[in-house]
Amino acid sequence: MTAPTPPVLAIEGLRVDYPLAGGEVFTAVENASLVIRPGEIHALVGESGAGKTTIGNTVMGLLEKPGRIAAGAINIDGRRFDATRGSAAGIVLGRDVGAVFQDPMTSLNPLFTIESQLTEAMRFHLGLGKAAARARALELLESVGIPEPRRRLKAYPHQLSGGQRQRVVIAAALSCNPRLVVADEPTTALDVSVQAQILKLLRDLADSRGIGILLVTHNMGVVAQIADRVTIMHRGKVVETGTTEEVLRRPKAAYARALIGAVPRIDQRLDRFPVLGDEGKGRAEEARAELRAELRARAQGPDSRADPSPILSVENLCVDYSAGGWLPGSRGRPFRAVDDVSFSVRSGEVFGLVGESGCGKTTIANVVSGLVRPSAGRVLYQGRSIAGDGATRRVGPLRQAIQMIFQDPYSSLNGRMRIGSILSEPILFYRLADTRAQAESDVARLIEAVGLEAEAAQRFPHAFSGGQRQRLSIARALGARPRLIVCDEPTSSLDVSVQAQILNLLKDLRDATGLTLLLISHDLAVVRQMCDRVAVMRQGQLLEQADSETLFDRPQHPYTRELLSLVPTLDRIRGEPKAA
Amino acid sequence: MLKVLISRLGQAALVMLVVSAVSFVMFRYVGDPVATLSRENASVEEKAALRRSLGLDQPLVVQYGRFLGRTLSGDLGISYRNQRPVTQLIAERLPATLELVLVATILSLSLGIPLGVLCALKPHGVAARLVQALSLIGISTPTFVTGIVLILVFAVSLGWLPSFGRGQVVDLGWWSTGFLTVSGLKSLLLPGITLALYQLTLIMRLVRAEMIDVLSSDYIRFARARGLPTRYIHFRLALRNALMPVITVTGLQIGSLIAFAIVTETVFQWPGMGLLFIQAVSFVDIPVMAAYLLFVGLLFVLINAVVDILYAVVDPRLRARSA
Repeated sequence: MTAPTPPVLAIEGLRVDYPLAGGEVFTAVENASLVIRPGEIHALVGESGAGKTTIGNTVMGLLEKPGRIAAGAINIDGRRFDATRGSAAGIVLGRDVGAVFQDPMTSLNPLFTIESQLTEAMRFHLGLGKAAARARALELLESVGIPEPRRRLKAYPHQLSGGQRQRVVIAAALSCNPRLVVADEPTTALDVSVQAQILKLLRDLADSRGIGILLVTHNMGVVAQIADRVTIMHRGKVVETGTTEEVLRRPKAAYARALIGAVPRIDQRLDRFPVLGDEGKGRAEEARAELRAELRARAQGPDSRADPSPILSVENLCVDYSAGGWLPGSRGRPFRAVDDVSFSVRSGEVFGLVGESGCGKTTIANVVSGLVRPSAGRVLYQGRSIAGDGATRRVGPLRQAIQMIFQDPYSSLNGRMRIGSILSEPILFYRLADTRAQAESDVARLIEAVGLEAEAAQRFPHAFSGGQRQRLSIARALGARPRLIVCDEPTSSLDVSVQAQILNLLKDLRDATGLTLLLISHDLAVVRQMCDRVAVMRQGQLLEQADSETLFDRPQHPYTRELLSLVPTLDRIRGEPKAA
Repeated sequence: MLKVLISRLGQAALVMLVVSAVSFVMFRYVGDPVATLSRENASVEEKAALRRSLGLDQPLVVQYGRFLGRTLSGDLGISYRNQRPVTQLIAERLPATLELVLVATILSLSLGIPLGVLCALKPHGVAARLVQALSLIGISTPTFVTGIVLILVFAVSLGWLPSFGRGQVVDLGWWSTGFLTVSGLKSLLLPGITLALYQLTLIMRLVRAEMIDVLSSDYIRFARARGLPTRYIHFRLALRNALMPVITVTGLQIGSLIAFAIVTETVFQWPGMGLLFIQAVSFVDIPVMAAYLLFVGLLFVLINAVVDILYAVVDPRLRARSA
């Protein structure tokens, strides 16, 4: 580690300020230092707002105004970065510093060919001619593992898959032989299997070309898999830094310990997720107890968990999406999103549906909640068909029993309505309260049951953080007094620590009220922690379903085994001898 | 691509069928042609004979079929006022309007796009603020006011430019053009500017909004991170993305300019389609109005088809989706 070459990136005491209106200053990054040597992958970890992306942007010369470097120094390849110009003398951004962005779907321009986007930087920075640039682009595409590179050069971004696009982005970042690559959440938008390939590619590039990589991420599993060193940030400050093994195994700072503890484990099931800080109990438990009594009274019977019959059965479900226009012959072959899927969910359990994007799991959620019509097969709720063959016309009361929680808490709450109106809507619609005052007290209780203050009813959604909004979405679903809640990726847009809180909340609500949950997720660790039974899907088909313990410990289907092996976890840390 | 074209043509034919039906109904039922055509003191027998000779005693469907047949063969009837074939009238007036619209469109695009880009790149600069403020005036002043003010300044006070008419035109067979003479070009200037002003501000504001959007997109940030020159990023990459909606708006605007240049043509006594239409309305010249309706319908259908095809040329995603 004592190479005579200068580090590719050395940040010393960096401070980034955002002047606010009224003369105040928001410090996004304070006194941050880190060093990256050639061939080293350095992970910068933290939750949203920790300042990790600000550091990444600063190094890439993309710090947005009015942000400015207030103190400290950045040296790239031994040369000083000029804070006012946002670049270093002799260092050309794009040539010496490559960039990889989070979402490969949006980081390539849809109107230009892959060739044009790959070669433009080489033409400007290296002065290559058209033919030479194309030859090098071919080489690059090959080196990042894109099949048929010659054909791909002529393609437009929309003709490539997400993983291929990210490879193109990486190829573009490498095109001028950079010393340093800044990768901001490079695999967050990708499926596990693609993520594993991209991570391997990054590791190979660091090892074979000696490129230093600054990896900005929130995913601890990714860090464990490929990083050499880790820096953990919290509220703009570095809280811990060291080798991956040191930091992940023996974190010293309390925040680092808590953050690592909050990562859902895939290897064993815990009773609860360890969380950061206080969960706001007390009043919440009281509210939940009241809710439980009410839900039980509605269920017309004893504790629903005693009931072994399925609450929801999906029978031979098929969903086709047709494509094409109205002219005869212009209709394309329909795309079969869900292909002959059958499963049943028992009352009171948490049933998990997992698979990669495009496997049809969200389509099933939409059929169950009545948003999509099935092409064949049917869905039964307590023995009555609610979708597909023989569906009852009067589905209203049944719809009330099935509620949904969506993935994105930012777009699933109407920004122009107060929380009180949002939450009272289902209550009033299903006539669950006789008077408006009763509905209001109901709303207050719901808000408390999800761990927020009742005053929240007076405010608008934008006043709340992502996690708080997701709590409110849960409260809205509970407002209809459901028996079954369909949760479509309820935590995938949230930070780890917030995710832990939301999952704990769902667990508590389930325990307190005997709700049944259908949990759709691509995150296998979350599924293991939450679910009693799990079904694995691929390309519209259900491959395997089993008790969650059985599935994770002894997966039967090769695809399940592959999926499980690809999930980056904390117990496989790079450079550490494998545990027996 | 061929499939798109066929499907587009099918849709266009359907739209034209509907428009022609409306035009036919108007022709047939707005006022009684027999009453208009016959003498004041004509007897009932005379009127019946005229009705028969015009084919108005036939069933409605047959009449519509004949109307369609005539229309397709280019016969749109005889103007009541001028007693000349409507097709001939339109053919005479069309070049004047088309040349005016061409000038206005070129003006609005060649000024609107650069100004829009300027406002997007330096939103807080003095120039951008000035342009923005002026564009508000441009978008809120009625066309006839602009036209009259221009006439007052450039024709009456300064006497530089003519205030009405097309000036000297050169006949090129079936097309008469004002582009080839000095007086023709001079005459085009004032009405051209008047007509362009609103389009210019519209295009400028559209380009500005789109450009600001595109500049904050991920792919432009990625282009910056690759260290590409700013000029290249702005004009080669971002502008192309920003111009997508401009294609649609420009297409539709050209359509409405041709169809509804009425106010400008009236102010400048421009012998174009708009003036023809206004005169037809004041004389209840039904054949001209019906033909005008058909013409406007055809115009919009054609322009929409061209815009759709252009879109597919510019945006590869659309090519794939419909191919």
